[in-house]
Amino acid sequence: MLTQIQGMSVIYLLISISIVVAATFLYAFIRAVRSGQYDDDYTPSVRMLFDDELITKPKTVTNKKEEQKPI
Amino acid sequence: MDATNCFHCGNEIIKKEEILFDEKRFCCNGCKTVYEIFSINNMSCYYDFQASPGATPLDINGKYDFLENENIVSKLLEFQEDATHIISLYVPHIHCSSCIWILENLQKLQSGINTSQVNFPEKKVRINYNPEKTNLKQIVALLCSIGYEPYISLDNFEEGKKVVDRSLVYKIGVAFFCFGNIMLLSFPEYFEVNEFWINQYRGFLRWLVFAISLPSFLYSASGYYVSAWKSIKAGMLNIEIPIALGIIVMFIRSTVDIIFDYGQGFFDSMCGLIFFMLLGKLFQQKTYSFLSFERDYKSYFPIAITKILSNGTEIPVQVYDIKKGDRLLIRNQELIPVDGILISNKASIDYSFVTGEAVPIEKKSGDKIFAGGKQLGKVIEMEVLFSVSNSYLTQLWSNDVFQKKVEIKHKTITDKISRYFTPALLALAVLSFLYWIFISVDTAFNVFTAILIVACPCALALTAPFTQGNVLRIMGRRKLYLKNAMVIEQLAKVDTIVFDKTGTITTNEKTSITYEGEPLNDFELKLLGNTLRGSNHPLSRRLYDFIPKQEKIEPLHFEEIIGKGINAEFEDGTVKLGSSQFLQHMSENTHKKTKVHVEINGVYKGSYIFNNQYREGLEKLFERLSKNYKLIVLSGDNDGERKILEKMLPANATLVFNQKPEQKLHYIENLQKQGKNVMMVGDGLNDSGALAQSNVGISISENVNVFSPACDGILDASQFQKIAFFMNYSKNAMLTIYMSFTLSLLYNIVGLSFAVTGNLLPIVAAIIMPLSTITVVSFVTIMSNIYATKK
Repeated sequence: MLTQIQGMSVIYLLISISIVVAATFLYAFIRAVRSGQYDDDYTPSVRMLFDDELITKPKTVTNKKEEQKPI
Repeated sequence: MDATNCFHCGNEIIKKEEILFDEKRFCCNGCKTVYEIFSINNMSCYYDFQASPGATPLDINGKYDFLENENIVSKLLEFQEDATHIISLYVPHIHCSSCIWILENLQKLQSGINTSQVNFPEKKVRINYNPEKTNLKQIVALLCSIGYEPYISLDNFEEGKKVVDRSLVYKIGVAFFCFGNIMLLSFPEYFEVNEFWINQYRGFLRWLVFAISLPSFLYSASGYYVSAWKSIKAGMLNIEIPIALGIIVMFIRSTVDIIFDYGQGFFDSMCGLIFFMLLGKLFQQKTYSFLSFERDYKSYFPIAITKILSNGTEIPVQVYDIKKGDRLLIRNQELIPVDGILISNKASIDYSFVTGEAVPIEKKSGDKIFAGGKQLGKVIEMEVLFSVSNSYLTQLWSNDVFQKKVEIKHKTITDKISRYFTPALLALAVLSFLYWIFISVDTAFNVFTAILIVACPCALALTAPFTQGNVLRIMGRRKLYLKNAMVIEQLAKVDTIVFDKTGTITTNEKTSITYEGEPLNDFELKLLGNTLRGSNHPLSRRLYDFIPKQEKIEPLHFEEIIGKGINAEFEDGTVKLGSSQFLQHMSENTHKKTKVHVEINGVYKGSYIFNNQYREGLEKLFERLSKNYKLIVLSGDNDGERKILEKMLPANATLVFNQKPEQKLHYIENLQKQGKNVMMVGDGLNDSGALAQSNVGISISENVNVFSPACDGILDASQFQKIAFFMNYSKNAMLTIYMSFTLSLLYNIVGLSFAVTGNLLPIVAAIIMPLSTITVVSFVTIMSNIYATKK
């Protein structure tokens, strides 16, 4: 009887954790979409290749990756 | 001639003009200057990503003076604060990774720019700058100087902040979250293991599933309830009604099930259904962000123009503020925004925006000039006759066809089917209910709800979006860009095709040239060739390419009179060429053809005639189309080419000439009144009325990034001869949809047979629903790809 009660509480715990994790991902996804991250799915793929090939390295590459929040 | 290409722009270098700099060859000073700017600033790796990525910078002297005007600038800005201004500029030249690199490193070229970011699919650069250190005019001048001239038009002035609608993506995100978690949580019960712990905690799991299904039911599916409600109010039976009904019944019955502990309900199927249907919607929404299908004259017109005040000072003025009687200054390459009278002596005006005809028209002082023309050559002055909205060209847009929204015009195929499907379904549900109610009231309710659940036309609703989405993509890869999925259905229904002539069935690029008159000997050709070489007039360029390559000699004297012709003097002869007026040679029917007359050493020799060149494959295309469609050619030109066209085109094609833009519109309207489904294929702004009026308006464009009038689809000019393929393909796409409807109806029948007999278990529903979805989606994808390979 005792082991069963312990087993049950673990299930509660695990299910709540899994739901919380899933909800966190959902929140992260919605936030990413809202910031406009998926509006342009091509340019970043080109941009990421620039860093390595440059001889004179532009210092601004990191700045560019920051998304400006739409106003 | 050496086939060396410019290091910067890749154009062929004319040997005489070649510029050597830094051991690199350039075609002109402009290209060299850009290279210089980049190498001084240590930015020459611009050339590493792509060979010759650049464009020759154009002279913009004075063109952007209006950017000094604070009011205009503040309208263009996206964001404005003391130390930060943000602007998005459309730069048509963006085409490769070098472009991205250079435009994202603008801050190295101009202090005051904080960051810049390129959106490649939209060909836009978003610049964040400090207005205390620099200004918009400087930035635009910088962009022009490196060959990336932004396109700023009246459209930018009016459009407010763009609101991007991302609600569908949110809904899908939520629906997927619900779907995934519910599947996971309902899994144990599928196997009905009567283990102690499942039985004990079944209640908890079920209520948890119920709770998780709420966001999907209330938020993700909300679009279906709204549209079902709207169509009920409008008295129509569309596909959304059975969908909404299915979802609601599923939810209520499942809730009842878990309240009374009858079973686990259908929450899993419900959420899966919502998720897949939303996915279908997303798939159908293929958009070409670099194209615009809604352009009207505003995207062609400049924001501001130079006005001359009575005391002689020049100020930039917003085009909407132009009043009758104002005096305007129009520079080389500037668009004339209003109708007016020419004050300057002469002007050479290119009406290609309006008529598609690239040969400039000459105007004299006192002549009326119309909005939409582009001045070539010298600066001219004009007096305004009408304001922008009253000008001839812009008045076309006040026609009703431009106010209509397209969606209302057409009924989609799914809506037509559901007109029968919905009543049949409801009748079946009621009949089964009435049958079972005499046997068992409980089962009767079960059967009633089961029918509505299983028949929820999930597969039916998915068929059209997935087929059309796929067809849209395949056509896009073949360079026919359609505005939306509904155009495919319209395309399949077309029975009459109307073509514009100039620019549509003829090309603007090449013109076949014939010579009439006394034959020229080699020496005379040499003189002619060297005369043409110095001229930039479009006709001279074409003629220069046409005659055999000549040995080079330098003219002693060279004079080009804009809009008239050229005078050139060589050591051993003189050449005079140009219009018949210029040579004072009058021949009959001069007005019907484009000609360049030649006079050598004072003796009239003859003329080169520029015939319109018809697009490749035109005859074959018309022959093929004429079997299934009624073909009409509508032309704004005179009937000078009627004979040639009659010979080339099938006998049953109708030819109509001398059509003004609004006559074209009315012509199409008349065809539609006769019950025809008309497709219009056109190019210039003069076709825009007809394109808007027709059931399907396809705009032909030599360069899809450049501007085309409002339409339902944009076809790359190189694919012109494939029109027959696209027409056929759209019909096959509809056939695929019908086949797939049959398939999904079969699934419905199987599901219904379970439901009517009262045997629908959650597990059966959970299997049938995704299975039908997957088969239908893969069936339409495979079929539409197979049809695409057919010629």
